[in-house]
Parts: sequence; structure tokens; C-alpha cells
Amino acid sequence: MSNFNIFAVRAMYHFEMSRFRRTLMQSLIAPVLSTALYFVVFGAAIGERMQQMGGISYGAFIVPGLIMLSLLTQSVSNAAFGIYFPKFTGTIYELLSAPVSYFEIVLAYVGAAASKSIILGLVILATAATIVPLEIEHPLWMMLFLVLTSVTFSLLGFIIGIWADGFEKLQIIPMLIITPLTFLGGSFYSIDMLPPLWRTISLFNPVVYLISGFRWSFHGTADVGISISLGMTLGFLAVFLAIVAWIFRTGYKLKT
Amino acid sequence: MQPIISVANLSKTYASGFYALKNVSLDIRPGEIFALLGPNGAGKTTLISTVCGIVTPSSGRVTVDGHDILDDYRAARSLIGLVPQELTTDAFETVRATVTFSRGLFGLRANPAHIEKVLKELSLWDKKDNTIRTLSGGMKRRVMIAKALAHEPRILFLDEPTAGVDVELRRDMWALVRALRASGVTIILTTHYIDEAEEMADRIGVISKGELILVEEKVELMRKLGKKQLTLHLQQPLDNIPPALAAYGLTLADKGNDLIYSYDARDAEHDSSSIAALLGDLAATGIHFKDLQTTQSSLEDIFVTLVSDRK
Ligand SMILES: Nc1ncnc2c1ncn2[C@@H]1O[C@H](COP(=O)(O)OP(=O)(O)OP(=O)(O)O)[C@@H](O)[C@H]1O
Ligand SMILES: [Mg+2]
Repeated sequence: MSNFNIFAVRAMYHFEMSRFRRTLMQSLIAPVLSTALYFVVFGAAIGERMQQMGGISYGAFIVPGLIMLSLLTQSVSNAAFGIYFPKFTGTIYELLSAPVSYFEIVLAYVGAAASKSIILGLVILATAATIVPLEIEHPLWMMLFLVLTSVTFSLLGFIIGIWADGFEKLQIIPMLIITPLTFLGGSFYSIDMLPPLWRTISLFNPVVYLISGFRWSFHGTADVGISISLGMTLGFLAVFLAIVAWIFRTGYKLKT
Repeated sequence: MQPIISVANLSKTYASGFYALKNVSLDIRPGEIFALLGPNGAGKTTLISTVCGIVTPSSGRVTVDGHDILDDYRAARSLIGLVPQELTTDAFETVRATVTFSRGLFGLRANPAHIEKVLKELSLWDKKDNTIRTLSGGMKRRVMIAKALAHEPRILFLDEPTAGVDVELRRDMWALVRALRASGVTIILTTHYIDEAEEMADRIGVISKGELILVEEKVELMRKLGKKQLTLHLQQPLDNIPPALAAYGLTLADKGNDLIYSYDARDAEHDSSSIAALLGDLAATGIHFKDLQTTQSSLEDIFVTLVSDRK
């Protein structure tokens, strides 16, 4: 018996991705459309009257933040739904009775959710590029942040999906925590523009570091240092990995 | 013979504190059809779920072909196919996709020929490209069986496979189970239809309130507990049993119109002289009957007696 069930990982990943293809409308079109609306409202309408942000047009300035906004919410909700749904329908029995390890389940489900987010992020980026002139100073770093953020927040979504025992709980964390934190995390402004007190408070918002690092990869300027941003992202990844490991060690909410 | 599944002192207490299995020990023989009977809530599904890895045992040990279900779960689980009691399917997948998925999940390389064979055996081949939500309940149940067979398991668990299934499909399923057994697959099924167990099983286990109260060869069980009754409808009613017939342990029924003789089916097989003697003695005493009838208790009677004895 080998120690890694590659066929199972493939099967689960493929299964999740085909669910994605089936729901392409919701999965892709909706976030792209809402992002386009943000551009029209903030970039074109309001942005015209805004000063340049450190030499960058306001429209270009908000691109990284908008991608992050979609990336975070979509990673969390995709991954949460992906693992919650089999629990809800009962088809999880098959995963639990199959010769697969928890690690393989996480790899496939989080991998699929992260893949979707990465595709989504790139599609939004391409959409943005057609609306505002865009330059990416550090494309490799951009990809690194894109991938790391997608994986990290898909892990968070996975945790939520396991924890949730109803559809409300699935929605509540993205709605009450992720979206506000992203809006207040400098998607649409630089935290340097805030009064000192609010600036300090903002530094407790973890999303600030994600957006800042991502923005740096685009424009070469950031609210906080790139190494701090990277460190924070990796820190989240470590925390969520630890929680997932704990869930699986204890069988929390999966097995009775 | 080495058992294919060995359950030793298995207990399960759910998080709610409910004691669903109490010290269950059971060996399943390779190649047999084992029927697990018991009333609702007895613990049949819990037992199956534990062996399959869905429920964690509280104590005790289970091995499948020598592999511990916890320490060596990959080897143990890859031998098992499970058709759960509830119809749970991915509504939006196609039949073929979901069955192919199951094979991959169990660590096997894709094999379209095997999937085709399984779908054809279950009369699902012409539905292969339909999404599952467009199928009838009976077809969905067959899809679940196809999923369980996709990885060519050596052991198949069928948790109430014929609940809500029409007569024809039931017959088909029995035929399928027999064919699987003939190909060497060990089958453990639960059912509330006792005729099904009677028809299919090699051995029968009865579980009640989490305890395995009996495991027996079906034939043996029928013999051991199967009482036969000879009922004689008399020409003239009797007020009481004549002393000359006292040795037979007869009883009267229907206001003295029926004379009932109970005997062991097993004894009767070995020697039928007691019936002949009874009839001779009846004639000698001047008792005449107009008709007679024999009945043998079914597994159902046996089962009801067993379970109610423990209440
Ligand atoms: N997850 C659970 N948490 C708490 N109690 C449970 C759980 N699952 C089952 N039980 C209880 O355990 C007992 C055995 O249930 P089980 O499903 O094993 O019965 P069963 O013999 O399969 O019944 P049926 O013939 O109705 O399918 C029942 O009393 C049930 O309420
Ligand atoms: Mg049951």
C-alpha cells in the first residue's frame, strides 16, 4: 500500500474543478462584474476628482486592493462551500470510508479552491487592464502573493466549511469579518492618508499587510515593508495549517 | 478459516452519551452472505459505519483481512465497498462521472471498461450521461451500488439495499448479490425484510439495543428455533385431552375443534415416527379429524420472539 493516494487526490480535485466549470457563471462572471462596477464607480467617476496616489492614477491604485477583495472572499467562500456541501448532502461518507488521508483531502479541496481563486484573480487583473493602464513592477512577487493568499484563505474557508453546521454560518465569517477587514484594509486608500490614531488601529488589521504587499508588487510602493507583508502572509498560512492539523487529529466535526 | 472481518469487543458511545454498541464481537467468513437483523435504532448502521471508517470506535478492535481499521486504514478500506442506507448522491454529476470518481477515490487507475461492466450489470448503461438528479429513486440506489463496486471490492456492505425498492428490482438485487458472492465477494447486508435474509443469507446476526444477541447459520437457526406445528381440525370438538394422549403435549384451540401438536422441525427430519404414532393413537382413542395442516415458524417469528424476550 503506497503512502500517497494520488488517484484519490486527482479524483477529488477534478470533481471540485468540474463543479467550478458547471457554475462558471457565479464563480467567475459575478466577481468580475462587481469588480468592473467598482472600477467604473471608484476608478472612473470618483477617481477623476482624486489626486494621484504617489504618482499613480487612482484607477490603477485600487487594482491590487480590488483583486485582493475578490481573492479573499472567493477563496473563503469557495473552499467553505466545497467541503460543507458533502457534509450537507451526506456524500462525505464516501470520503470518510475511502483509503484517503486527511492530508490528501485538504490538498485536493484547498488546492481546487485556491486554483479557482488564482484563475479568478488573473481574470480580474485582465479585466482591469482593459479599463486602466496597468504596469506590474514585480510580476513574480505578484504571482507569489496571489498564490499564497489564495492558498491561505482557501485553508481558512476549509476550516469554516468544517465548522459550519448551517448555511448561515458559511456566510457569516466572509460577510462579517473578511469583507469589512478588506474594505478597511486599504483597498481603496493608502493607510498613510488616515489620521494617526486610525492608522495605528489599521495596523492591527491583518488584511492591510496582504494588500500592501500585493500593491508593492504592482507599483513598487507600499504602506508597510514587503518583508513584513510576506511574513504576515506566511504567518496566516502557518496558523490555518495548524488549525487544520488539529481538526484532523481530533476528527473534529467530521466523524461521530 | 481466517475471518475476513474480525470485530472484537467493539463498543461505541456517541458524543451525546448514547451507548450504541455494547461489546460486540463478530467474525465474518470470507465469501459468505451475512445478514444483520434488528429493529430500528438497534445499531446496525453504527456497526457498519465503524468498520468502514465513518464512525470512530470508542473501544475494541476491528480488522479487515488482518489489517487494523485504524492503524492500517488504507489497506483495510480499499477492500471494502459500502452502500449506505441513505440515498446520498451528487445531484449534478452524471452517473458515469460519479462512478469514475469513486474508483479514483479508492486509489485505482481509471478503467472505463470496468465502469462500463458495472453500469451494464446494474442496467444503468443507457443512463450513464444523465445527471443523477434526473434518475428515479431505484436508479439512484443502483448508482450507489455501482459506486461501491467501482473499485472491485472484496467485501460489500449493503445497508438496507432493498428499502423502498419494487419487487422486480428486489429480485434483480438478490441476483446481483448472488452473482457477487459467486465471484468471491463477501457480503454483509442489513434488512428489515426477514424473507430477504431467509432467502439470501448464509448466516444471520441479530442485534438489539447495541448488543449482538445471536449469530447463527441460517439453516441451523431455522432448525434450532423452528417449531413445526401440526393442526388437526376435528370432526367433533373435545372438552379435554384424553389421558391416553398426554405424552404428546397436545393443546386444544378453537373451542376444542382444533388439536395442536408442536414438535421440533429437526427431530421430524430425523424420524417421523412420532407423527405416525400420534395418528395411530388418535385413531385408537376414537378421535377423527376432517383436515390437517402443518406450519413452520419463519425467521420473522423467531426474530420477534428473540427481540421481545429481551424487553
Ligand atoms: N451521530 C449520532 N449521534 C448520536 N446518536 C446516534 C448517532 N447516530 C446514531 N445514533 C443512535 O444510535 C442508535 C443506533 O443507530 P443506528 O443508525 O446504528 O441504528 P440502525 O440499527 O441502523 O437502525 P435502522 O434500522 O433504523 O437503520 C440509535 O438510537 C440512534 O439514535
Ligand atoms: Mg440503519
